[in-house]
Amino acid sequence: MKTLWAFVLKEIYHILRDRRTLFILFGMPAAQVLIFGFAVTNEFKGASFAIYDQSNDPVSIALGRHMSGSGHFKQTVVAHRTEDIHQAFQSGKIKMALVIPPDFGDRYRSGNRPEVQVIADGSDPNTATTLVNYASMMIAQFKAQRVNQPFHIEVATRMVYNPELKSVFMFVPGVITLVLMLISALMTSLTLAKEKETGTMELLLVSPLHPMMIIVGKVLPYVLLSLINAVLIIAMGVYIFDVPIKGSLIALLGLNTLFIITALSLGILISTRTQTQQSAMLISLLSLMMPSMLLSGFVFPIESMPWLLQMISTVIPAKYFIISLKAIMLKGVGLIVVWREVSVLAILTFVFLLASWKNFKLRLE
Amino acid sequence: MRIILILIWKELLQVVRNRAMIPILTVIPIVQLILLSFAATNEVKKIGLAVCDNDHSTFSRRLREQFLSSDYFVLKLYTDDEKAAAATLEDDQADAVLAIPPGFERQLLRGQASSLQLQVNAINGVKGGLAGAYAGSVIQSLRRDLSLEIVPVVRQKPAVAAPISVSYRHWYNPELEYQTFMVPGILGVLVTILTMMLTAMNIVREREIGTIEQLNVTPIRKYQFIIGKLLPFLFIGLFDLAIGLTAGKLIFDIPMLGSLWLVFAFCVINLIATLAVGMLISTAAETQQQAMFISWFFMMIFILMSGLFTPIDSMPLWAQYLTIPNPIAHFVDVMRKVLLKGSGFEDIKDHFYTMLVLGPLLITLAIWRYRKTIA
Amino acid sequence: MTHEPVIIARQLTKRFGPFTAVDAISFEVEKGEIFGFLGANGAGKTTAMRMLTGLLTPTSGQASVAGFDVFRSAEQIKRHIGYMSQRFSLYEDLTVKENIRLFGTIYGLTQRQINDKTFQLLRKLGLLDEAKQLVGALPLGWKQKLAFSIALIHEPKIVFLDEPTGGVDPITRRQFWELIYQAAHEGVTVFVTTHYMDESEYCHRVSIMVDGRIAALDTPRQLKLTYEADSMDEVFVKLARTTSLS
Repeated sequence: MKTLWAFVLKEIYHILRDRRTLFILFGMPAAQVLIFGFAVTNEFKGASFAIYDQSNDPVSIALGRHMSGSGHFKQTVVAHRTEDIHQAFQSGKIKMALVIPPDFGDRYRSGNRPEVQVIADGSDPNTATTLVNYASMMIAQFKAQRVNQPFHIEVATRMVYNPELKSVFMFVPGVITLVLMLISALMTSLTLAKEKETGTMELLLVSPLHPMMIIVGKVLPYVLLSLINAVLIIAMGVYIFDVPIKGSLIALLGLNTLFIITALSLGILISTRTQTQQSAMLISLLSLMMPSMLLSGFVFPIESMPWLLQMISTVIPAKYFIISLKAIMLKGVGLIVVWREVSVLAILTFVFLLASWKNFKLRLE
Repeated sequence: MRIILILIWKELLQVVRNRAMIPILTVIPIVQLILLSFAATNEVKKIGLAVCDNDHSTFSRRLREQFLSSDYFVLKLYTDDEKAAAATLEDDQADAVLAIPPGFERQLLRGQASSLQLQVNAINGVKGGLAGAYAGSVIQSLRRDLSLEIVPVVRQKPAVAAPISVSYRHWYNPELEYQTFMVPGILGVLVTILTMMLTAMNIVREREIGTIEQLNVTPIRKYQFIIGKLLPFLFIGLFDLAIGLTAGKLIFDIPMLGSLWLVFAFCVINLIATLAVGMLISTAAETQQQAMFISWFFMMIFILMSGLFTPIDSMPLWAQYLTIPNPIAHFVDVMRKVLLKGSGFEDIKDHFYTMLVLGPLLITLAIWRYRKTIA
Repeated sequence: MTHEPVIIARQLTKRFGPFTAVDAISFEVEKGEIFGFLGANGAGKTTAMRMLTGLLTPTSGQASVAGFDVFRSAEQIKRHIGYMSQRFSLYEDLTVKENIRLFGTIYGLTQRQINDKTFQLLRKLGLLDEAKQLVGALPLGWKQKLAFSIALIHEPKIVFLDEPTGGVDPITRRQFWELIYQAAHEGVTVFVTTHYMDESEYCHRVSIMVDGRIAALDTPRQLKLTYEADSMDEVFVKLARTTSLS
């Protein structure tokens, strides 16, 4: 036990000595959460648009005013030709244009199907969709305000779990996942590869300690580091951005610990397979970090991806971790609801642990 | 001049000799481009919908049909049990729950306003917002249909009732292909990151193996050294842009409306700034591992604040100012504007001018920070 | 030997924070001399050499190399010296010829001069057949000899060698010293650090550094007389003992 403690201490010294890496390990997630919280938002307000009013009639002018008066749109360009709209799109001055045909006023008053055209900058599809939808709702509203229309359907939309559509809600679980992967998997595989590269691993292996104990001693400080980091990120989310923890704190910590073990077993597995730091780093980045970022549902919804990528995502532990994490933190459900995800994660962990244990033994003989 | 040329020659020779480098410069960026363009999609389709119908009427069934016939929704559950509907949201079975209250049809026929309740899982803000918007437009289209079909029967004055019909068009990307939007941006990011990382790692590596010390005792001037490092990676960046554009055209059929010369010209001045950042990183790192961590740190911030995934104009004002010194933000915007919309120099001149100031500034900083002496 | 000092150091000092690596050393090196710089690891040899080559700026004191001041004209010095560092530092992924061409151009040689030099140099080292081989594929001893020859490619007045024979076998070391002698014979001043005491016998004069100071400076023969020793090894042991006692 004492020897184990000595190992742990030695590793802690190593970690504390490399200030730059330490700074990045804590600074990067913090910076990410801050950026996501403060700067990255999906809501749009005051989208710039152009009006090309060929009708120039009291009704068309009122419609234009109705659009700009809402706060959703800001009229920045008055177009006199279609070419003006093109130019405004190309210079990025507007994202949408409202074209009112010459006979709009007459048709409106005679009830002969008045028409308007909304042109959106389709090069950004999501923004285009959202803008077109807002615009058509507002045009409908314009009519409704003036005439009592039949079949009025009100939609009370409630954005549950994240009423203000803050992106930080989604990114806190994602950043936690990445950090746990980074420290527990990448850093462990690097530090083990380094011992191999410099030959100190042999030195450790001839010591009377059981080899698995050595590994435990080496990885323990990283477990600690990961947990501290995860708690830090959660605390930042909770205290700065009001991200709620609706579920049980114990379940949350338990889940984190499970995922740390998953990541560690992956890190050890990689280190048994590599000889140099460089290759450990490359393999970790390509096979762990990239998939955890792209195919886990962290930023991009998995169900929109092509079939092949969806298949690959089923063996990415981060996917299951993120689903369970979101469920417990943001939805406030118990582990029971996500039992499927948690068990898959546990099974994957077990498989990885077994594989790294086997590989490790082989290497000793 | 001869010295700069020989340094470039040496650098390119080393790249060609390194077996690992050729795939890193050719195959891997293409694979990344394809993978990222498919994976990094914020396209929202197949929104799982649970309908809790307590009206059981013609109108309520019609509303359900209206949802099903739109491309965006997939019906996961149709029930009248509120609890069951709510549970689908909890276990991620559905992304949205639509509740149709009893009396929905009756109220509408009487000419009263009727209300629906829509609950959207908004943990992913983009998806939640879009799901809400799509649902809104589906419901509006039902209303429009109803008023056209039934109004004459109810005998309202048609002149007043006829709604303003809105036709939409999406210019530059009529089918709203998400990849058309993402590929140019991702390509810009890939070229930037690759060259930045390579520069940073290359210099740190020379320091680690000691060759840089040998160069430092020669009469090489600092600017010669920096330019000798910069130009080869500039070529590599342009080369990767070229193969990336080719792949984008062949695989994703992205439009190229604007002048490719303009894209390459901007790439050159943009890469100068990018490479200078790489050099600055190398002056701050002692080992390749540190260089990698530091580059990663900056990359993350640069990418997140580049407008690649979320529009810059929806950021708070202070954050918008922070994107000014971010080369990736300029590159992504220029790529999208020129390729997709056919913007010309006039339209992107602000980006040009910013980079023309930023590039030399960063280079000067890198030359100043680079020490021929140790410690 | 005419009295014509090409390296002059006066009270040259380098501190890293509280630690004094080189403590006010003073010496002169004559033109064409092989000047040995001896000392245990960490005695300050490399630091002293780095100050003279312009890689490190001294904390205080004065020094000039080839007539140029180390504070003001470090870049001028670099034109007139050759340097071979402790770690082998030619580009391993370039061929022998390419390395020669690279450094030749950096030192401002014309293409023609480089071609002539390449041939001469390869013939002298017996590497004509290996000209197109990657340097990384050469045995260590050959790499060292090549690095030395490249350090002399621009015909510098002075060449600094930082432990040039570390890790090579005795025969190669011998051949290496023959190259050094040849260079000295042609008028090049050689400033060499080493911790092989037997090598110091080959030097014209030797300075022995202990803890950042020069503990002794003389010809090997005179040093052995002074310290009543049979070999330089013994001189060194005696010196180290007396200095650490004092």
